[in-house]
Amino acid sequence: MEPILQVQNLSISFTQYGRGARQVLLPVLRDLSLTIEPGQVVAVVGSSGSGKSLLAHGILNILPYNSHMAGEITFLGRPLTPKRAEQVRGREIVLVPQGVTYLDPLMKVGPQIRKGRRDQAARQVSRAVLERYGLGADTEECYPFELSGGMARRVLIATAAAETPRLVIADEPTPGLDARAAKRVLGHFRELADGGAGVLLITHDLELALSIAHRVAVFYAGETVEEADAADFTAGRLRHPYTKALWNALPQNGFVPILGAQPGPGEVGEGCPFAPRCPKGRPECLGPVPYREVDGGRVRCLYPEGGTA
Amino acid sequence: MSLEAKQLTFGYRGKGRKQVLDGLDLTVAPGERVGLAGPSGRGKTTLCKLLAGYEKPDSGTVLVDGKPLREYRGICPVQMIWQHPETAVDPLMKLGDTLKEGGPVEEGLLEALHIQPAWLERYPTELSGGELQRFCIARALRPGVKYLLCDEVTAMLDLITQAQIWAFLLEQAEKRDLGLVIVSHNSALLEQLCTRVQSLV
Repeated sequence: MEPILQVQNLSISFTQYGRGARQVLLPVLRDLSLTIEPGQVVAVVGSSGSGKSLLAHGILNILPYNSHMAGEITFLGRPLTPKRAEQVRGREIVLVPQGVTYLDPLMKVGPQIRKGRRDQAARQVSRAVLERYGLGADTEECYPFELSGGMARRVLIATAAAETPRLVIADEPTPGLDARAAKRVLGHFRELADGGAGVLLITHDLELALSIAHRVAVFYAGETVEEADAADFTAGRLRHPYTKALWNALPQNGFVPILGAQPGPGEVGEGCPFAPRCPKGRPECLGPVPYREVDGGRVRCLYPEGGTA
Repeated sequence: MSLEAKQLTFGYRGKGRKQVLDGLDLTVAPGERVGLAGPSGRGKTTLCKLLAGYEKPDSGTVLVDGKPLREYRGICPVQMIWQHPETAVDPLMKLGDTLKEGGPVEEGLLEALHIQPAWLERYPTELSGGELQRFCIARALRPGVKYLLCDEVTAMLDLITQAQIWAFLLEQAEKRDLGLVIVSHNSALLEQLCTRVQSLV
């Protein structure tokens, strides 16, 4: 079957002004590849500032004007050009954005979901999607500031589900939702996938990602360090030391904070960005590190766990 | 010595005017870490806003060490750290200036929070949520502050940053003998952090 979305060697960089009028090119996403098959939920997990949201914005072609994108994106077998992205976004590709600030503060919820349409059919659709996410009809008459954090998020999801998308990009759809609501929301993403759509779930919440995703790609400092099956996590078949550290930082898995912070854009050299914090870091980790197949997954590490390197 | 909410009742003005909180009691002693759990829309954030003095209760009182919160002058002894840091800072101000609004920052605090000096010169849109949240924490940790309300403060952070921030907050809470109110939907997190958990139903 033809994949819904194929991303190959995607890199994104920004032009910034350095001292005076000198321009500096700041790489933020490096050499990213990803495939989403129909009916598949692929989670992209990474810490804040690792460039996860940029991936979504890159696919939708809504990056700011001072950005550059290299690499290839294919949607339903055809290249996703900027022009095509403009045509399909909001219809075949929908985004559930991260922040509640993506809602128009001066517009009631109902009209926002209907995107300005006033006909009876649109009204029925908006009522139906709100109900699907456990929101009453009175929510339509609310302004965004009258919603709680969790309600606002469900409104964002309802807005996306009001269309019939082939690809759903969910950018941190669950923070602020209680466990039950979060499960219900994720259940709806899974439903969309079971209906044949592809779902790209961008999140920092490893636990939640594992509960619905088929595959998980782990991001660190703008690079994918590992791509694994969801089952690899609980089975202890993880390959990259960063993925292990992430797993051990779960409150129920030890709550271990490793030292240091993820390097910012522009602070990453050629080698492994995790090397300075890695318990197994060696000098050669600062050289080039290939992204390769290990044990049914992919990993960017010279000394992966469980692999023979 | 404690932060006390007595029979708090509150509803937002507007159509329908439903009661969000109805006769709620809560006591937090210094050194205690009280978790607040409950489905969304049950008034967890609203309770925090009342405790920190951002909203006035329709009836009931908030007492800090026996004295009504309203009678405190200067920096409020109850500080709130918000769920969405991007809405808790001025988007048109550099973060260094945002910090300065709250007075001088204690020495070593920025380092302990891993706030890099270069970030002080940036605007909120140029930092990630986790980085912004560190500023909000630095701003809230003032010398006179006795109680900290943490409203889903790590809900949008990655696991390692979450563990780091809580390690920091717990250490500070112990050092300053702070009382903490911790709102979270993550029951594993509450179990790990709190001395007791109260549910809002």
